[in-house]
Amino acid sequence: MSSVSDTSAAPVEIAVAENAGQAQANGPNVFETRDLAVFYDDFRAVREVNLDIRQHEITAFIGPSGCGKSTVLRCFDRMNDLIDGARVEGTVSYHGVDLYGPDVDAVEVRRRIGMVFQKPNPFPKSIYDNLAFGPRLNGIKKKAQLDEIVEQSLHRAALWDEVKSRLKASAMGLSGGQQQRLCIARCIAVKPEVILMDEPCSALDPIATSRIEELMQEIKTDYTIIIVTHNMQQAARVSDRTAFFTTEVNPESDRRTGRLVEYNPTSKIFSNPDDERTEQYVTGRFG
Amino acid sequence: MALTTPASTGGRAARSITDGLTKRGSDLRGKLIEGVLVTALAATLLILFVLIVDLVQRSWPVWTDRGGDFLSSGLNSASAASAGVWSGIKGTITLGLIVCVIAFPLGIACAVYLEEYAGRTRFARLTRINVRNLAGVPSIVYGLLGLGIFVNTLGIGRNVLAAGLALSALVLPIVVITASEALRAVPVAIREGALGVGATQWETVRSHVLPAAAPGILTGTVLSLARAAGEAAPILLVGAATGLLRTGDQGFLDQLGGAFTAMPVVIFSYARQTGEQFREITAAASLVLLVLVLAMNTFAIWLRNRYDRKW
Repeated sequence: MSSVSDTSAAPVEIAVAENAGQAQANGPNVFETRDLAVFYDDFRAVREVNLDIRQHEITAFIGPSGCGKSTVLRCFDRMNDLIDGARVEGTVSYHGVDLYGPDVDAVEVRRRIGMVFQKPNPFPKSIYDNLAFGPRLNGIKKKAQLDEIVEQSLHRAALWDEVKSRLKASAMGLSGGQQQRLCIARCIAVKPEVILMDEPCSALDPIATSRIEELMQEIKTDYTIIIVTHNMQQAARVSDRTAFFTTEVNPESDRRTGRLVEYNPTSKIFSNPDDERTEQYVTGRFG
Repeated sequence: MALTTPASTGGRAARSITDGLTKRGSDLRGKLIEGVLVTALAATLLILFVLIVDLVQRSWPVWTDRGGDFLSSGLNSASAASAGVWSGIKGTITLGLIVCVIAFPLGIACAVYLEEYAGRTRFARLTRINVRNLAGVPSIVYGLLGLGIFVNTLGIGRNVLAAGLALSALVLPIVVITASEALRAVPVAIREGALGVGATQWETVRSHVLPAAAPGILTGTVLSLARAAGEAAPILLVGAATGLLRTGDQGFLDQLGGAFTAMPVVIFSYARQTGEQFREITAAASLVLLVLVLAMNTFAIWLRNRYDRKW
C-alpha cells in the first residue's frame, strides 16, 4: 500500500511501499530526496519534498506554474548550481550518495544524469559533432568508435533514418521535433543512467510530441526517466508514477512556495487520488 | 419623421465606422519628425562624402605625379619631393600587430572571466563599472601612462613596442566591453546543453561559448584596432618621429631601436608644414590612413557575416 500525505500534516511523507497499481516490479531507488527545499536567495521556491525515484520507471512531475517541479528536477543533476543565489537544503541522494556532498563533483553527476531541456538546444554545429561532443569529453577519440556511438544514439532516438545522409549538416537545419530527438540522442550518447526531461514537448507539435513519447517508452528499459510536464494527458500516457506539486502560501514568509502534494502510481493519481487538491487539478477544476 | 428603420441605422453605423477609420487631415507632426530624421541622415552622409571627395581632389596631384613613390618613401617633412608615407604605414601595421598580440588575448580573457566565472560578486560588479569608465579615459592620458610606465619605469625605451603597449592599454577596455557583450549574447541554453552532457565549465566555454561569441568578439576587436590605428596623441608622447625618418633598408624590427612613426603622426607632421605641395601630401597621407581604417572595418563586417550563426 502506498500511503501518502495527510493534507494537513506539515511534512509530506511518502513511503512508496509495495508494488502498487501498474507500476513495475520494484527496482532499487535511484534517487531519494529528504526534506528537500530550494532557495533562490531568500525566496524558498519549493519545500519539504520527499520522493523516491525508481529505476527503469518514468516518473512525471505535474502541477501548476511556479510549483517548483522544474526546480526539483534541476536538483537531480545539479543544474541549479548555475543559477546565482540558488541554494539547496535537505538531501538528494543518488544510489545512496548525497549529490550535494562536499566531495561530489557536479560535472561527474551530469555525466551520469543527462538532461533534455524545454526548448531544443542543439549546439550550432553539425549533427555529428552534437553527438560526438559528450563522448569526446569522456576521452573517446577513435573515429570508428565515435561513428558507432553516433549511429547507435541516433538509432535509439529514432532519428537515424532521417539524418544518416547529412550527419555533417548543421543541426540548426533540423525541424523542432528532430532537434529535440537530437538532444535526446546527444544525452544518450554519453550513456547516462538517468534522463531528466524538462517539458521536452512544450515547443513541439502533436506529431513530434507523440514520437518523443513513443521514444520514451522504448528507452525506459535502459534508463530511468523523470519528466516535467504541463500536459496532464502526457503524464497519464507516459508515466508509471506521478508526483503532483502545487503552490501554497508559506505562513512564515507570506510568499507562495511550491510543495509536493501527492506521489503515487499514475493510474491512482488519475483515477483515485488520495488528496483532494490532486483530484481537483487532474479533473481540471484548479490550476 | 422617424427615420430609424433598421436599414438606416445600419447605414449610419457603417458610416461612423468609415469616419472613424478615415484619416483626419494630414499628420503634420509625424511628417515634421520624419523630415528632421532624414535631414540628420543626409547631413551625416554629406559630411562623409565631402570629406572623401575633398581628400581625393586635393591629393590628386600627388597620385598622378608620384604615385607608388609616395607610398614607398619615408617620412620627410623638409622636402616635399621626397616625402612619403611608407614609414607611417609600416609603423601603423606594427602597432596593429602589437595590439593584436597583447590587447586581444588579455581583453578576451578578462571578458571570459567577468562573464563566465565571476558571477554576481561585488568585485565583479565593481570591475564591470570601472572597465566602462576606463573606456572613457582620454587617449592622451594613456600616452602619459605609456611614457611614465613603459618608457621610463620599465625602461623599454622610446620605440614602437612602448607605443604599441600604450595603444594596447588604450583599447583594452573597449575589447573587454565588446567581448563581454558578445559573450552575454550567447544563449544560456547552449551552456546548459554542454554542461548537461558533463562538460566542465572550461570545456563549455572553449567548445561552445567562445565559438558562438566569436563573430561578435572579432567585430569588436577589429573595430578597436581601427581606433588604435587612428590615435596620434599616445604615440607622440611615447616618442614617435615627426620630422625625418628615412626608410631605406630599414626593416620592421629596426623600429624597436627607437626610430619609428605611424600614420596619424605622419599626417600631423606634414600638416604642420607650409606650402601647397605639403597640403597635397597631407591630403594624400590622410587618404591612405582612411583607406587603412576602412579596410579594417570592411574586414570586420566580412568576418561577422561569414561567421554569423543562428541559434
